[in-house]
Amino acid sequence: MDNLLSIITFMPLIAAGILGFFLRGDEEAAQKNAKWLALIATSATFLVSIFLITGFDPQDTGFQFVEEREWILGLTYKLGVDGISVLFVMLTTFLMPLVIASCWDVTHRVKEYMIAFLVLETLMIGVFVALDLVLFYLFFEAGLIPMFLIIGIWGGKERIYASFKFFLYTFLGSVLMLIAMIAMYVDAGTTDIPTLLSHQFGSDTFSLLGIQIIGGAQTLMWIAFFASFAVKMPMWPVHTWLPDAHVQAPTAGSVVLAAILLKMGGYGFLRFSLPMFPVASDLLAPMVLWLSAIAIVYTSLVALAQKDMKKLIAYSSVAHMGFVTMGIFAANQQGLDGAIFQMISHGFISGALFLCVGVIYDRMHTRDIDAYGGLVNRMPAYALIFMLFTMANVGLPGTSGFVGEFLTLLGVFQVNTWVAAVAATGVILSAAYALWLYRRVVMGDLIKESLKSITDMGRRERAIFAPLVVMTLLLGVYPSLVTDIIGPSVEALVTDYETALVNADTRVAEN
Amino acid sequence: MTSADFSAVLPEVVIAAYAMLALLFGVYTTKDKTAPMLVWVTAALFVLVAVWIGISGQGSIAAFEGMFIDDAFSRFAKVMILLAAAAILIMSEGYMARRDLLRFEYPVLIALAVVGMMVMVSAGDLMTLYMGLELQSLSLYVVASLRRDSVKSTEAGLKYFVLGALSSGMLLYGASLTYGYAGTTLFSGIIATVSEGDIPLGLLFGLVFLITGLAFKVSAVPFHMWTPDVYEGAPTPVTAFFATAPKVAAMALFARVVHDAFGGVVSDWQQILALLSVLSMFLGAVAAIGQRDIKRLMAYSSIAHMGYALMGLAAGTAFGVQAMLVYMAIYVTMNVGTFAFILSMERDGQHITDISSLNLYARTSPARALAMLILLFSLAGVPPLVGFFGKYYVLLAAVEADMAWLALAGVVASVIGAFYYLRIVYLMYFGEERDGLDAGGSPILGAFLMGSAAIMVLGVINLFGVEALAAAAAATLVN
Repeated sequence: MDNLLSIITFMPLIAAGILGFFLRGDEEAAQKNAKWLALIATSATFLVSIFLITGFDPQDTGFQFVEEREWILGLTYKLGVDGISVLFVMLTTFLMPLVIASCWDVTHRVKEYMIAFLVLETLMIGVFVALDLVLFYLFFEAGLIPMFLIIGIWGGKERIYASFKFFLYTFLGSVLMLIAMIAMYVDAGTTDIPTLLSHQFGSDTFSLLGIQIIGGAQTLMWIAFFASFAVKMPMWPVHTWLPDAHVQAPTAGSVVLAAILLKMGGYGFLRFSLPMFPVASDLLAPMVLWLSAIAIVYTSLVALAQKDMKKLIAYSSVAHMGFVTMGIFAANQQGLDGAIFQMISHGFISGALFLCVGVIYDRMHTRDIDAYGGLVNRMPAYALIFMLFTMANVGLPGTSGFVGEFLTLLGVFQVNTWVAAVAATGVILSAAYALWLYRRVVMGDLIKESLKSITDMGRRERAIFAPLVVMTLLLGVYPSLVTDIIGPSVEALVTDYETALVNADTRVAEN
Repeated sequence: MTSADFSAVLPEVVIAAYAMLALLFGVYTTKDKTAPMLVWVTAALFVLVAVWIGISGQGSIAAFEGMFIDDAFSRFAKVMILLAAAAILIMSEGYMARRDLLRFEYPVLIALAVVGMMVMVSAGDLMTLYMGLELQSLSLYVVASLRRDSVKSTEAGLKYFVLGALSSGMLLYGASLTYGYAGTTLFSGIIATVSEGDIPLGLLFGLVFLITGLAFKVSAVPFHMWTPDVYEGAPTPVTAFFATAPKVAAMALFARVVHDAFGGVVSDWQQILALLSVLSMFLGAVAAIGQRDIKRLMAYSSIAHMGYALMGLAAGTAFGVQAMLVYMAIYVTMNVGTFAFILSMERDGQHITDISSLNLYARTSPARALAMLILLFSLAGVPPLVGFFGKYYVLLAAVEADMAWLALAGVVASVIGAFYYLRIVYLMYFGEERDGLDAGGSPILGAFLMGSAAIMVLGVINLFGVEALAAAAAATLVN
């Protein structure tokens, strides 16, 4: 199939178009149709994407399933996947049917809600498959529109503040990246990502307004990209939009945000910062490593103090993303493997945790930790699932959370022992906040009057969690499932990175 | 003077002759009753002439010994002006008729203004330039105060007139200095003097005053003060007209002057334009935040947009001109749609321009709200909408011309600007329950709104081929 990637990318969009144009009315039947259509479309997208993973050859480190067409202004419509991006596509298509199924009880403007998620899916997949700078930017940035609306229309009480903060924060980050992309185009004469990957951007020191810029143009571009991806990840100290957005977003919005949208930042580092600006990456890696270490410890401490469940999990997300950035900028095989693994696994775990919060929020309409306690007495199935994902979040061996954290720590340890040591304490802290949350919500006696009639998870809810449970455990005991696919591409990335650094050194030595 | 000269100005002659005839017709018949018909006929004529120019135009002709230039650049601008004017005319008919504003002079004045604009973009001489500019301005002063019984409208007309006259004065002073030092008013003569070597100081002064006068017309900061008041005071269809066709004409004229007459000293005007651009982008973005009236808001929005268009011009390259033309084409399309929406904002038949009236508009008119949402995100420059490509073009032009700092300022301003566009979206989609607007509205306005929004979405495929045309147009101006 020549157009497989286009089909996967645009199938949800077409479904959204059908919903928008042909589905009339707002009565119950129409709402139901909208939900079913969205579920079918996302499931079909997932099924089609299975062809992608089965047809993917991990040993080939180049781009596969490449499509290319002329576009405006010398840009190309070019899609393709390699070992780094293919799993993110799979993660997206895998999670979206679950996301749609999780909002089955929504009654407010259902049709628009479904359209927003379908459009968002197209844009998210687009980010991971785009092989043209501007096309990437297009998908990357366009995702803000549906997410802005999802938070703004279907969000909680403070949704307006949260949606504006989310939009403007990320918009500011990405427009700086746009300038860097334009500068790259002017420098290299192309926006083709595979070509740019082998292009060497200037790294000679020059002075700008009296300031010596070590690493030259690469450093400036790296910083511009960093501004965008660090906000998206999000990294400390530009993470403050995330807790707000998470708390105010509806459950499904939180799941998408945590499980997929955050990964765009990490993917960006892997696709652009590291391979295209190796000299700058090498130069600034210590900064990123320390920022990550701070993020892990600091946000874990902040998470301990939270009274709101979603906020707690949001801060824990920031901490876990700290492992990702740390692993990426360790720039060795274990670190990168770990970072990608951690992103995939965090996609399942954080998605599931937000769904867990959603389950009890749907029943009690509060996210206050204090409002709960002793749920295990009336909700045994929920208690079990919540425990599993709490443990996975902590990084218990046997769950996928462990593999990612372990590999990234292993990678960083070889580069900077101190950072690894600090980050490792974050693992302990994460156990503290996650277990304490679990104890307060689930364990103990059920004494609160309002909880006396709470019901356990229904069949639909269990069905949503089942695939997530399977994936979390499967990846925990059999991580090669992921590492075999990403391994060769990561290896090539590391080799190219090191070669580029050596080349840059010899050039400096020659001058 | 040959027949070739006349064939070059034939479109202008046709519209001018039509305007006189329409005037006579209006005077000798039942006056305002024929106005709706005249509006439609004028719009149809504009479209016909646009098609005619678009199809028949070939090559570059410098008619009347270089005073009037007919080339791909002027044709591109003329088609834009004519189509924008036709669209606004059609949009205004229903609105004005219902408010008893539709006099037969309105289409006639618009036709004359359009002739003025067409002359402006074809100017090859300072005299032609001034003639076109004044024909346009004088018609517009009258149109701005069309609502004679409204204090605000007359105030708008007067303010526009006084400041417009001031800017004309500056322009004339610049023109006289230029003539004094170059010895000619022909652009082709000026550029010959300039490219001989260093620019004489007097000529430099002339250039600065010319730019000042033109900056007034495009309402670039710090010469923008008239814009919000005039936009607010003038009848809304007239505001819509101000925001579109005259802006195109003035920008095109700007490009013509700096490239055709002063193309040899790019570095001398580049910095002025860059400064105008930065100031416009930031003031437009910041000052709009506090606005409650959507017409004032659009005034600041247009100031910001002119800043981006000037960024393309400031690059001083052919690509920069191309970027500016593409930007203007996109800007005009967005504004036609946005003003179609503003014209349809009514409560109990009364025109409302307070943005708080948009509360939860999406609930009563989901389709129109969605179209407006698309336009607003496009105005903010968020991909994948076409507005983003306009910004991308000018940013690219600026970076290519080694003005990355300008591009950087542009994107920062665009983030600030995004805030007020988002606020309208927020009001429409997640505001609070309050007195809203009437649902529905005129189907003509709806069609323009939907059409413009559809263009913003579908344009991502290939920008409807505007790129190649703009490239050809820019190539004839800058060589």
